[in-house]
Amino acid sequence: MSKKQTLVVIGNGMVGQYFLATLMASESKGDYHVVTFCEEPVPAYDRVHLSEYFAGKSAADLSLVEAGFFDANHIMIHLGDRAVSIDRVNKTVWSEKDVEVPYDKLVLATGSKAFIPPIPGHDRENCIPYRTIADLDDMLAAAKTAKVGAVVGGGLLGLEAAKALQDLNLDTHVVQFGPRLMSAQLDDGGAGMLKQKIEDLGVSVHTNKNTIEIVDGESCQHKMMFADGSELEADMILYSAGIRPRDEIAASCGLKIADRGGITIDNHCLTSDPDIYAIGECASWQDQTFGLVAPGYAMARTAIDHLAGREQRFTGADMSTKLKLNGVDVASIGDAHATTPGALVYTYQNGVDGVYKRIVVGQDNKLLLGAVLVGDASAYPTLSQYYSNGINLPEHPDSLILPSRSGESVGLGPDALPTAAQICSCYDVSKGDICSAIAGGCTTLGALKSQTQAGTGCGGCAALLKSVLDCELEKAGIEVNTDICEHFRYTRQDLYNLIMVGEIKTFNTLIEQHGSGKGCEICKQAVGSILASYWNEYVLKEDHLGLQDTNDTFLANMQKDGTYSVVPRMAGGEVTPDMLIVLGQVAKKYGLYTKVTGGQRVDLFGARVDQLPLIWKELIDVGFESGHAYGKSLRTVKSCVGSSWCRYGVDDSVGLAIELENRYKGLRSPHKIKFAVSGCTRECAEAQSKDIGIIAVEGGWNLYVCGNGGMRPRHGDLFATNLDKATLINYIDRVLTFYVRTADRLQRTSVWMDNMEGGLDYLKSVIIDDKLDIVQQLEDQMQRVTDSYQCEWKTTIEDESKLKRFRTFVNSDKHDENIIFVEERGQVRPASQEERADLKLAGTA
Amino acid sequence: MSWVDVCSIDDLQPNSGVCALVNNQQVAIFYMPKEQAIYAIDNYDPFGDVHVLSRGVIGDIQGRPMVASPLYKQHFDLETGQCFEDDTVKVPVYGVQINVGRVEVTLDGAAQ
Ligand code: SRM
Ligand SMILES: Cc1cc2nc3c(=O)[nH]c(=O)nc-3n(C[C@H](O)[C@H](O)[C@H](O)COP(=O)(O)OP(=O)(O)OC[C@H]3O[C@@H](n4cnc5c(N)ncnc54)[C@H](O)[C@@H]3O)c2cc1C
Ligand code: SF4
Ligand code: FES
Repeated sequence: MSKKQTLVVIGNGMVGQYFLATLMASESKGDYHVVTFCEEPVPAYDRVHLSEYFAGKSAADLSLVEAGFFDANHIMIHLGDRAVSIDRVNKTVWSEKDVEVPYDKLVLATGSKAFIPPIPGHDRENCIPYRTIADLDDMLAAAKTAKVGAVVGGGLLGLEAAKALQDLNLDTHVVQFGPRLMSAQLDDGGAGMLKQKIEDLGVSVHTNKNTIEIVDGESCQHKMMFADGSELEADMILYSAGIRPRDEIAASCGLKIADRGGITIDNHCLTSDPDIYAIGECASWQDQTFGLVAPGYAMARTAIDHLAGREQRFTGADMSTKLKLNGVDVASIGDAHATTPGALVYTYQNGVDGVYKRIVVGQDNKLLLGAVLVGDASAYPTLSQYYSNGINLPEHPDSLILPSRSGESVGLGPDALPTAAQICSCYDVSKGDICSAIAGGCTTLGALKSQTQAGTGCGGCAALLKSVLDCELEKAGIEVNTDICEHFRYTRQDLYNLIMVGEIKTFNTLIEQHGSGKGCEICKQAVGSILASYWNEYVLKEDHLGLQDTNDTFLANMQKDGTYSVVPRMAGGEVTPDMLIVLGQVAKKYGLYTKVTGGQRVDLFGARVDQLPLIWKELIDVGFESGHAYGKSLRTVKSCVGSSWCRYGVDDSVGLAIELENRYKGLRSPHKIKFAVSGCTRECAEAQSKDIGIIAVEGGWNLYVCGNGGMRPRHGDLFATNLDKATLINYIDRVLTFYVRTADRLQRTSVWMDNMEGGLDYLKSVIIDDKLDIVQQLEDQMQRVTDSYQCEWKTTIEDESKLKRFRTFVNSDKHDENIIFVEERGQVRPASQEERADLKLAGTA
Repeated sequence: MSWVDVCSIDDLQPNSGVCALVNNQQVAIFYMPKEQAIYAIDNYDPFGDVHVLSRGVIGDIQGRPMVASPLYKQHFDLETGQCFEDDTVKVPVYGVQINVGRVEVTLDGAAQ
């Protein structure tokens, strides 16, 4: 194997992290040894929603990094360490803490910093930029004593900063250098309406104010002096007057810098050095920098494709925005200023309701070039679809912004959009992607978001996303109440996503945050199973104990008389004579009924609850493990004897069955999962009747999925043929994780697939063609589960405190005298009711 | 009322049940630490004709505390013993209290 190349990423902000996550989800995952420098003390967080910090979100809520991401992907992250120089000749990066990393490829994702006007007094105490979590903490500290706050800058970020000051209960002022608020996005009319609305909300707006100095104030800590002679006093001053790309490290190593700042990149996001890329806000493409996250993400995808030798170009970005500023809807699309030659403008202004709308259309009145919406941005989704997909406008384009008093809707229904229409620009998700996710079982907004990422960036597409979802559901005739039980108004899949996204580890946290009441056996077991399949913690841990199904709480199946069965694992059905003898001895010692099961192993019945740990201790001491016969989890991988003995055997079915059983043992799932492996097409292991069935053929292994026996038998479907073992395991990892993530509770794989729109073909497109771009995640999740396997019985036996609950009575060593056996064919069985009555009579007589 | 000392509070299983033998009677005791609630009902499951209720999953139905039988999943109200699925079935409930870290049960005046 050739030595891996080293890829260094400087900056772990929004774009740097997106680059890493996307790279790790791509085929190039294993190609590089990845190192990243993160100047801030915490890894990437969501700057877009930074202001929500004041509305109750914590730094952890804002994090963009999945738990364990760096470890799981073997990425070396230097937290709180800034890269300070790059030696391009020797291809090495140095950091402030003297870390030296030689690189083969380098990615600069250093973002930008808030512009701070270089005026005297700019660095006085409590004069704070608005960019990082550290800045927010400074604001919180300053707010303890401050009463008046001023924001320098009346652009998008400035207004957001003003909202933050209001949330901190300060008397809030916005100071704007030019005549208009949001001058980049709004025309005079829109800006005027916005100013009025913002002032109505209690924010004082000062336009045409050029701050020239900050000095000691009289009533407040500071006094801002303006060029026109006026002044404003404030205790806290926030800078939000634009951003400056952080190109200093690039400049100092001689990379080309654009005239207006930013690291110059070409269409592949390459800088002037062919081994160095720049992405995000630090980059300048065609002399423009982009202060939004979506173009940065597009750059990250471009760079990843270029690294992998795929042709893909960055072609600029749509700077449309929609936001809610202090509850005021504002949106801007494309050429809001109507600078395109020949552009025509329609304007609607309603001073009573405070609504301003303007659309800019091409000369032929057919194409939308731009729009401005203030006070009512409900037309944004429709307009942005006209804009970005070049859809022909209706005959009277102004119908799109005029109030529809007749009640008829003028919006472009989601049905009218082409499949290729981009719904979410932050994550480049098309209508087609969304429809397939819906077909694949994402029937709630939450599920759809976590599956496709659509709507999880700026949130601007949320309304459209919802309407696509509603429209598709309606078409599919899907009925609504899918609540799992009275305690949670969610489906199992929603709960799964809530747990995953919120990194929730206990039932209590989940029900406090998302449910009501105390729970019941339905939600508790479903959540117990999800927590187990996602975090894979010991199921009898105190937090989880009460969640387990009755069988799981005692790690054994309860029989009709209240006794239990003991089923040790016998992977592939293989067992040595010695192990079989031990099993026989244990059964004899404890007087257990012994039977060979339909799953190719031995079941011992009739153990009292207090005997379970004793029996298991003896079994574990000789090397047996839990067989999970009690869990909704992997049961058995049946095998036929295969090529080692059978004269027809094509491959080693027993060997593979054992390997698979050991790989997936312990995996908790919506229902039980069964496998089988046959050594040739005679199919003695009945693989085609299993959730996962594998048959050896001359070219490799054929994989069947989603079969079962039981109440409604169904043969598995042929999924892929002639697989080598590694690919086979990859596919099984993916299918099972996808099942665990998306199935309903107690839904076997067959029903799950049959309920999926597109069925087998869709499943193939997700698992084989990676249509949803998630296979890496699926594989990683499975790897985590297999890596953290523990034999639950072993863990239990080793923990004195856990053994307590296996006593029949807390206050007595007696046994339950109602458990009565009789003999039959040389073994015990529970006495029937009549037999019990007779025996009791005999006892008292 | 005569209270019988059965065990220490540490012997209870949080959000789950244990069984105590009181005057040869099997008593299922359930403990919900968050609500600081403790309940005692008979351990006998009238549907399965076995003594197993202490091993059921607990929670609530419409705000009523309940246990689901581990065998056939009928639900019983922990305060009244009433079966939710069948009006005619009720299991006995017993008095239970925590006294300085000890759990005490009384069979006196068991509600039928
Ligand atoms: C022990 C065993 C019968 C035997 O003596 O052979 C058995 C026993 C039970 N089966 Fe089974 N099944 C056993 C093999 C099977 C098989 C055959 C197989 O696995 O190849 C099937 C059909 C194949 C299939 O599942 O696709 C089978 C289909 C069922 C079903 C119906 C599932 C369905 O899809 O409709 C249930 C009910 C359920 O799970 O909801 C069930 C449920 C049960 C339960 C859990 C019923 C219960 O709630 O008590 C029994 C647990 C007894 C215990 O204490 O272990 N058992 N059961 C077999 C244990 C296999 C093992 O080693 O783990
Ligand atoms: C309050 C606020 C609201 C916003 N709202 C929106 C919005 O609604 N929609 C939208 O699209 N965009 C919005 N943005 C802009 C968006 O946050 C940025 O476009 C995005 O963060 C850019 O990502 P980036 O990775 O390029 O830069 P950043 O996220 O700034 O990340 C760069 C990181 O690199 C680090 N770094 C820099 N130099 C070095 C070095 N030498 N060594 C190590 N680390 C280094 C920095 O400390 C930083 O952590 C908003 C921004 C703010 C501040
Ligand atoms: S399936 Fe094939 S290899 Fe396996 S026992 Fe039957 S005949 Fe032999
Ligand atoms: S467009 Fe930003 S989240 Fe979808």
